[in-house]
Amino acid sequence: MTPILQVKGVTKRFGGLTANNDITFDVAEREILSVIGPNGAGKSTLFKLIASFLKTTSGEVLFKGQRISNLAPHKVARMGVVRTFQETTIFRSMTVRENIIVAHHLRSRASLLGFFIGTKQARYDEAEFGSSADEIIEFLGMGAIRSELASNLPQGHLRALGMAIGLATNPTVLLLDEPFAGMNHDETMRMVSLVRRLRDERGVTVLLVEHDMPAVMKISDRIVVINFGEKIAEGTPAEIQANEKVIEAYLGSEDAAIGM
Amino acid sequence: MDTNKLIGVGAFLIAVFVIVPVLIAASGRWDFYYTLTSVALLAIASAGVWLTFYIGRINIGQGAYALAGGYVSAILMTKAGFSFWITLPLAGLFCAGLSVLIGLPILRLRGVYFAMVTLVLTEVARLSALALPVTNGAKGITSIPLPGELSVFGLTLIPDFATLQNPKLAFYFAAVILMVVCYAALYRIVNSRLGHLCRSLQQNEELSASIGVNTAYLRVLAYSISSFFGGIAGAMFVAISQSIYPSSFQVADSVNFMLNCFLGGLGYVFGPMLGTLMLYFGWDLLFTTGRFQLLIYSSLLILLMLVLPNGVLSLFERKGGRK
Repeated sequence: MTPILQVKGVTKRFGGLTANNDITFDVAEREILSVIGPNGAGKSTLFKLIASFLKTTSGEVLFKGQRISNLAPHKVARMGVVRTFQETTIFRSMTVRENIIVAHHLRSRASLLGFFIGTKQARYDEAEFGSSADEIIEFLGMGAIRSELASNLPQGHLRALGMAIGLATNPTVLLLDEPFAGMNHDETMRMVSLVRRLRDERGVTVLLVEHDMPAVMKISDRIVVINFGEKIAEGTPAEIQANEKVIEAYLGSEDAAIGM
Repeated sequence: MDTNKLIGVGAFLIAVFVIVPVLIAASGRWDFYYTLTSVALLAIASAGVWLTFYIGRINIGQGAYALAGGYVSAILMTKAGFSFWITLPLAGLFCAGLSVLIGLPILRLRGVYFAMVTLVLTEVARLSALALPVTNGAKGITSIPLPGELSVFGLTLIPDFATLQNPKLAFYFAAVILMVVCYAALYRIVNSRLGHLCRSLQQNEELSASIGVNTAYLRVLAYSISSFFGGIAGAMFVAISQSIYPSSFQVADSVNFMLNCFLGGLGYVFGPMLGTLMLYFGWDLLFTTGRFQLLIYSSLLILLMLVLPNGVLSLFERKGGRK
């Protein structure tokens, strides 16, 4: 099976600092792959490179065999690789439903002028976005808050909204940046099953960056571990848990030496 | 809700096209036409500024486009013998084109940095008008003919202003019709997908890009529409005053366009129209206070912005907007 996303020798330097060094891995279609690593390991940078929000210093990212690194972010999104954000990035002064409708941009077939005049295609698109937004709201169980202003939402809902926005673009690959951050156990478990359903019911390939180890172990098909900007391990959750290098990276070799 | 809107629009149209002329005829204050015409045209330019606010950019450079539009119209009429009615859209298009060239680099800036650059634009426009040979320097372009006849297939749509008994009334109608058309277009933009995308840009450009919006293109598009409004407002002004000088639109005008938007309300399409009316008349009404005019005027503005940060129109917000 050919991988849907290939990260090939990606390196990113900020001046003298190497945030990512020669990172290579593949993501298979309909896979849930997590990228983990200690704070400052370069996970978020890697995500930005994949979604092309940053330019690579060297190396490339391929999506279905086509290079997507160093393209404009909206072009990458248009091809089907969509990222959600670490911070609760949403359109604050729109309602939940408006947020999701706006995010349908990629699906519009009418031109902006068409929308201005109100052509048949434009009206068709509008109706389509509306019903699709309602479907996503249903899917994520956000019916009760559909007309709520996004700035009034609590953390957990915001994260779900971020995912709804990502879903509205109809992505092939969805990049989730710390989807479980700041969530309690129940919320995390709900999110885990949601991400699973994303893959199972909608066929979305999911790539996620996360700190919450139990959640990562539960959700991932495979895990890539990076430390100090380099990939140190790759494998199934069981393999990663048994990996010497990973344990060292997380506990620290010095601490291990003094018996912690 | 929709019938309410229709009634509102109907009432507004009757007010500007029937009641105002009747009142002016009854009172004999013909000079009011000039004032109201100015308000209408300034409101068009302010509408443009408002649209740049809508994509999250503070635009203090609309004076530059008003000046450019004015000169384009004046030069085409005096040197090339064009009819005013042709120069009007051409002035708008010229400004829109110019703003694409200027906007491409500067729209990458955000917040106060964009505002500073636009502030400089007006001054650049003024100095260019002083220096360029085609604009005739400080002497400006004078004795510009009044708008001529506009006819299509022999059918006269607009009569020659020079033959009219009361060109002031004709200018008033022309300006108000133009304003109504511009605001209708703005309203439609805001309530169509284009407006929704502009709002998404205003609230979070990164997220916009991640949902596939070509943010650079959209910014330039909104800015060029904004400048189009500035250009036609400037052109119409020149037709009324029949002259244009490098000082016709200055930094103070640019600042006023922005204040009109603030005062009326950035969240409301008709905010800049109301803001323009209030600022223009507010300034004139304070004339009697003599040397304290500017002091009182500025204090009132500061007070208004403190008490009503979302503009005067937020007073009429149905939901009360309580947090």
